[in-house]
Amino acid sequence: MSTDRSLTRLHAHEMAAGLRAGRFSAGELLAAHLALIEGQDRALNAWVSLDAPGARAAAADADARIAAARAEGAAALAALPALLGIPVGLKDLVVTRGQPSTAGSRILAGFRGPYDAHIAERLAAAGAVIPGKTNMDEFAMGSSTEHSAWGATANPWDLDRVPGGSSGGSAAAVAAYHVPVAIGTDTGGSIRQPAAVTGTVGMKPTYGRVSRYGIIAFASSLDQVGPFARDVRDAALLLGAVAGRDDRDSTSSALPVPDYAAALPEDRDRAAGILRGLRLGLPRQYFVDGMEPEVEARIREAVAALAAAGAEIVEVDLPHTGYGLATYYIIAPAEASANLARHDGIRYGRSVREGDVLGSYLATRGEGFGPEVKRRIMLGTYALSAGYYDAYYLKAQKVRTLIKEDFDRAFTRVDALIAPSTPTVAFPLGARTGDPLAMYLSDICTIPVNAAGLPALSVPCGLADGLPVGLQLIGQAWDEARLFAIGRAWEAIDADAPWRRLEPAALPRLDDPATPSMKGRAQA
Amino acid sequence: MASLTRADVEHVAHLARLGLSADEVTRMETDLDLILTMFAVLDELDTDGIAPTAQTIEVESILRADLPRPSLSQEEALANAPEQSGGYVVVPAILGDGA
Repeated sequence: MSTDRSLTRLHAHEMAAGLRAGRFSAGELLAAHLALIEGQDRALNAWVSLDAPGARAAAADADARIAAARAEGAAALAALPALLGIPVGLKDLVVTRGQPSTAGSRILAGFRGPYDAHIAERLAAAGAVIPGKTNMDEFAMGSSTEHSAWGATANPWDLDRVPGGSSGGSAAAVAAYHVPVAIGTDTGGSIRQPAAVTGTVGMKPTYGRVSRYGIIAFASSLDQVGPFARDVRDAALLLGAVAGRDDRDSTSSALPVPDYAAALPEDRDRAAGILRGLRLGLPRQYFVDGMEPEVEARIREAVAALAAAGAEIVEVDLPHTGYGLATYYIIAPAEASANLARHDGIRYGRSVREGDVLGSYLATRGEGFGPEVKRRIMLGTYALSAGYYDAYYLKAQKVRTLIKEDFDRAFTRVDALIAPSTPTVAFPLGARTGDPLAMYLSDICTIPVNAAGLPALSVPCGLADGLPVGLQLIGQAWDEARLFAIGRAWEAIDADAPWRRLEPAALPRLDDPATPSMKGRAQA
Repeated sequence: MASLTRADVEHVAHLARLGLSADEVTRMETDLDLILTMFAVLDELDTDGIAPTAQTIEVESILRADLPRPSLSQEEALANAPEQSGGYVVVPAILGDGA
């Protein structure tokens, strides 16, 4: 079977066209991707577990569906689901039946999903091919993927740097061409920040757009599921395949889901056309102290290019932005301390039996959780404990209202907001693990969006000192389609930029047997 | 807000059912103190009369028909249990000295 590496360089929508035209099979497409994963993941560690037999069966099934449709005629081929035969990575917190799902935690070592998450059912029905689960910060708590119990993931642009987090495995896998698209989750920036620092596209949809059924919970009023891709059309394709109401998640919305991908023009002039007359707000407060000058320069250049293409840029104030970090680090740990109480070693997961039931809880959780998860459980338990509830949790919920009202006011004046995704490029491995507050600052530009429940898209906008920078587009609730349209317009007006022709600089090192292994490194 | 004592850390760890080593308690005391200090920024804001936000989207209570549906089989439900016996999950003793 062919393991032609060039197949991995295609976008998902190009793969879909190639499959329908009979240029290659889903089996060949999978083999090309698995060959990269098997050859390179030692040095990248983007994957926690692989299911090659399951993926091969799904690819064979896709090939049979395509052959049957081809026999039937053009209409049947056109009616096939867009993701049929396309490899899709799943973050390790998406439960799938019979497969390991550990959320990057030792406490779920050996756990196999008893059922499929809603999005896994949807992807299976669409004929997507799932090679395995991607690495992540334990229980999605972190901004670097260094808090995984299974060792850190490297950044394909520089193997000595982090890929962001918590969905760093999905981001690195997409950037390194191990899959064209992948699923992540975003509670405070866990899709947008890794997308930014790996040069990929990532979207956090509106809270409630995608069902969380079967997604291992972190902070239930903030968690959302979203796509990673190498262009905006592919991200739109993947979101469209998983979005929509599911009765098993009562917070999932019954609003109709537009055909996001179909609405995006391939033609550059048509794509750029939507910018004319569009009002984009530039929030002053997102250009924070400590922002790297080269990152700010790329953002300002992108804003200038959007203005030159016809968008009207309006400076706006989101005055409570500076309170987002404290608000988030009260609310998210409080919700996490409740959600993670279920991991007690009784019904599933790793169990350490020590004396009575209390002793067993203490031992199981003490040995099963890593340092950052313990820190957040402690913070959340403290913030909810007697005497502190009003001072911390209730106060944070009130400030959350103020943060949301800032956005509401801004959206009376503008169609979308435009901002950095994160203030710095990818930082070196180990640089922030000793200082939780420095790590938390990685998400300063993404956290307020989760607090307000809004959708936001991160698109690559160039390199700073050879490392990717992400531009964040923030929209009104349920306005994902417009964010994709603006993101696609940005790609169209920036299509000739020289950096777009570059592959991640460290990819050759992934093929080099002398490159040190990332597997089994100690958890931060 | 008063700073955190070692006894506070140990009390919260007990509430959270987290077994922490002495070193972890020491590290936690420093880390939590720093983070709680960062939280004090919220005191700058007057939030009297501001309604708290627990959910950002407006969904009304959604009811479904209360009908029996298939669920996990006993075998599937027990498949991940660390200890099982006769179709039950084995739990460490909670009452008495049978542990």
